[in-house]
Amino acid sequence: MNTLDNNRRLLMERSVPGRVGTVLPDLDVPEQPLPGKEMLRDEVDLPEVTEPEIVRYFTNLSRMNFSIDTHFYPLGSCTMKYNPKINDEAAFLPGFAAIHPQQPAAQVQGALELMHHLQNYLAEITGMAGVSLASLAGAQGELCGILMIQKYHRDRGDGDRLKMLVPDSAHGTNPASAAMAGFRVVSIPTDADGNCDLEALKKEATPDLAGMMITLPSTLGLFDPNITEVNRLIHEAGGLVYADGANMNALLGRAKMGDLGFDVMHLNLHKTFSTPHGGGGPGAGPVCAQPNLQPYLAAPVVEKRDGRFVLSTPEKTIGKVSASHGNFGVLVRAYTYIRTLGDAGLKLVSENAVLNANYILSKLKDKYLLPFDRPCMHEVVLSANWQKAKGVRGLETAKRLLDYGFHAPTMYFPLTVDEALLIEPTETESKETLDEFIEAMRAIDQEATENPELVQNAPHTLPVRRLNEAQAARRPDLRWERKE
Amino acid sequence: MQRSAVSENGGVSFQSHYMPNTPAQRAEMLEALRLDSIDRLFEDIPAEHRSPSLNIPPPTSELELRAELEALAGSNVNTGAYASFLGAGVYNHFIPSIMKPLITRGEFLTSYTPYQAEASQGTLQVAYEFQTMVCSLMGMEVANDGMYEGASSLAEAALMACRVTGREEICVLDTVSPTYREVVETYALPQGLKVSVVDSEGTRLPEGAACLLTQYPNFYGYMEDLAAHKVAAQERDALLVVSTDPVAMGMFRPPGEFGADVVTGEGQAIGVPMSFGGPFIGLFATRKKYLRQMPGRIVGRTVDSEGKTGYVLTLQTREQHIRRERATSNICTSQALLALASAITIAALGKQGLKKVAELSYHKAHYAASLIGRVAGYSFPIRGTFFKEFVVKCPASPRVINERLLESGIIGGLDISHVMPNCMLICVTEMNTRHEIEALAGALSEFSR
Repeated sequence: MNTLDNNRRLLMERSVPGRVGTVLPDLDVPEQPLPGKEMLRDEVDLPEVTEPEIVRYFTNLSRMNFSIDTHFYPLGSCTMKYNPKINDEAAFLPGFAAIHPQQPAAQVQGALELMHHLQNYLAEITGMAGVSLASLAGAQGELCGILMIQKYHRDRGDGDRLKMLVPDSAHGTNPASAAMAGFRVVSIPTDADGNCDLEALKKEATPDLAGMMITLPSTLGLFDPNITEVNRLIHEAGGLVYADGANMNALLGRAKMGDLGFDVMHLNLHKTFSTPHGGGGPGAGPVCAQPNLQPYLAAPVVEKRDGRFVLSTPEKTIGKVSASHGNFGVLVRAYTYIRTLGDAGLKLVSENAVLNANYILSKLKDKYLLPFDRPCMHEVVLSANWQKAKGVRGLETAKRLLDYGFHAPTMYFPLTVDEALLIEPTETESKETLDEFIEAMRAIDQEATENPELVQNAPHTLPVRRLNEAQAARRPDLRWERKE
Repeated sequence: MQRSAVSENGGVSFQSHYMPNTPAQRAEMLEALRLDSIDRLFEDIPAEHRSPSLNIPPPTSELELRAELEALAGSNVNTGAYASFLGAGVYNHFIPSIMKPLITRGEFLTSYTPYQAEASQGTLQVAYEFQTMVCSLMGMEVANDGMYEGASSLAEAALMACRVTGREEICVLDTVSPTYREVVETYALPQGLKVSVVDSEGTRLPEGAACLLTQYPNFYGYMEDLAAHKVAAQERDALLVVSTDPVAMGMFRPPGEFGADVVTGEGQAIGVPMSFGGPFIGLFATRKKYLRQMPGRIVGRTVDSEGKTGYVLTLQTREQHIRRERATSNICTSQALLALASAITIAALGKQGLKKVAELSYHKAHYAASLIGRVAGYSFPIRGTFFKEFVVKCPASPRVINERLLESGIIGGLDISHVMPNCMLICVTEMNTRHEIEALAGALSEFSR
């Protein structure tokens, strides 16, 4: 049996009765009476494996992953930049990792001070007045921001503003978050240049308008030059504007959302601020607001009173969105990152991120359709439509890239671009890596002409071939079960 | 000031160790773009808002920053140096040494949500293991790959119950954590759902209730009568939702055996550091019949084009990236790394270890209660079976008592005076030695009367 096949054996299949994975201390107090048997369970069906087996199993599993530490990972809109190791080291310091969220403020001044500094840094970076670090991911930040807009309108007796505008290129979380808050979502089209369609927007700027959610730069990787006009139109109709800060990596030190007229926004610390994605979280989605919405921020926020740091509840808060104060371990990492780079380093981030994306754009636009022929920001959207004409789909191009040792770009998103490949190189990649990637993309285009089957059947070199997703959905197999 | 010098064209000449491109390479790339300055790439930004001032401290070397961070962290009172009896949903339990080196492997730590299944088999198989473990712990049929944390997980369960039943009233038992109830309200009230509190004595639900939310053990540490709550829910065709502590599942009958429809929980207690409240891992399990109403990521086992076993994200048509405003939830990035931490720890504890952790906590907590019960002036206002936490009514303000305890190197229990006058919620786990427990009782006796 080779390593891979062996590695597919699940823990329960490795389990041998009597093996233990750790040794716990003996009971050092007198045994106490147990509750009635009817309250207790006989046993839990969990694996019995030893420590070396566990370590080898998980280590080998990890080796079946692509990651930033091992591969170029140009997944668009995900900002897969290098995740500095000092950030993790900081988060694991006992003074941060071994403190309880309910300890009185006097016992945790260092933690609160760090949060307070981070609030201030994020306010400065975004040009906003107030920040809440409470939300645990981008989507939860969106929900908070939308609830703030809702409560603001309701407090003003404007509760019948029930319509939320979302561009057709928006990430799926935007409409989902607006719907969770009870809003009716109306999609606004993108114009031929890749900007917000102003005429369509004007038609929707009606008295029932609550606001609009805008990603800037957009998920097309474009900065809408009419953005201040868009924001003015929304405000004129009595709405508020939410900025999805998922793409803030393009704008660090180059533009502030507050200056551009946005009312409230979230940041993804697990994108722009280098905290690791962990295979799907943890993230953190701090919300930053202008003075009009600041009192509505999610609780708690950190304040400095008489030289001491305290947790406080904003006056008109939308409430709490988790049991504690936010994903503190993620906040420590983002704080460490901002302090490491400082003002000069943060500006370098956006410069290099945008330059890298435009370099890729310029080197591929003769081989892949560029739907919007203008400079991009931190990411570039290409279309595999020319390859599709040769019988090779965008998905297959993406899978073929894996064979070349590159993670695939984001595929089929934004939904408005046929066969979209959204490529985000980030600032932490070298020109040499970009050149290799460009070469691979060009080689795949050539393969699409000369040997389309090679691309269509990719990947060829990974632990598994193309997986049957239809079967997975039709006959869900979601847990290991003991065969009787 | 080598660190933030300004170069001739207004750019910065600071060289970051995170960014490989040199000024010469950047010039070369600009030339390929036929641009004379990087500023040209930012011209879509309205001129008056371009390159604003940025009042952030200058770059800091790793050497200096490490010292600063250690000082900040060092100023916090932490459980490495103090005995702690604080719980209330976040627990100090044993974490085996293998957790940290495994979760900080770059291949796990720095990968994204596994959209490209073929390049993410490690993460996906871990998720399948985690779903299996959660089902075993809870006695449930299906589980997802985790939610943000315990409270929002309960809120999502309430929203799911409303979708399943087509009803709008969420009933919360009065013994559920007040904070959890607040989070449920944040999620539910704005969309027009009703949240009402139900008395735990002789539970009866109003007509048209979508669900009954319970906590097991409850906020005060006591085991709820889930059989009775199931009857109350069934009477109204409402769903029984149970929020659990997974450690308690090492010895107590799981909610699944009482007919729970949805089981959620805070997974932190198994394998995740307390970290001042996060990142944690929300647990979420349900019945097969509600699978397509479940929020969150779900991983399924399938085969590849050659028939080999592999894993993929599945049932994605529930999710926001496909269904947009009609999705079951807006959740996207969740807490996968903590699900991994939890899975590793559950594997290490295994069948025997989890039981032992639960029993050690149980016996030590009851021993602590027996000592405190002998001190004049202290009493137990709640009757019933508790697991590792219990409520003590104190002869003095818990705040004052806790200040005194801290002087003895003890972080005391949670002051819950705002809900029960002069009461403290004390938590004891396997991490507390007999010596610590006796020191706690001894210090408390100083307030005896």
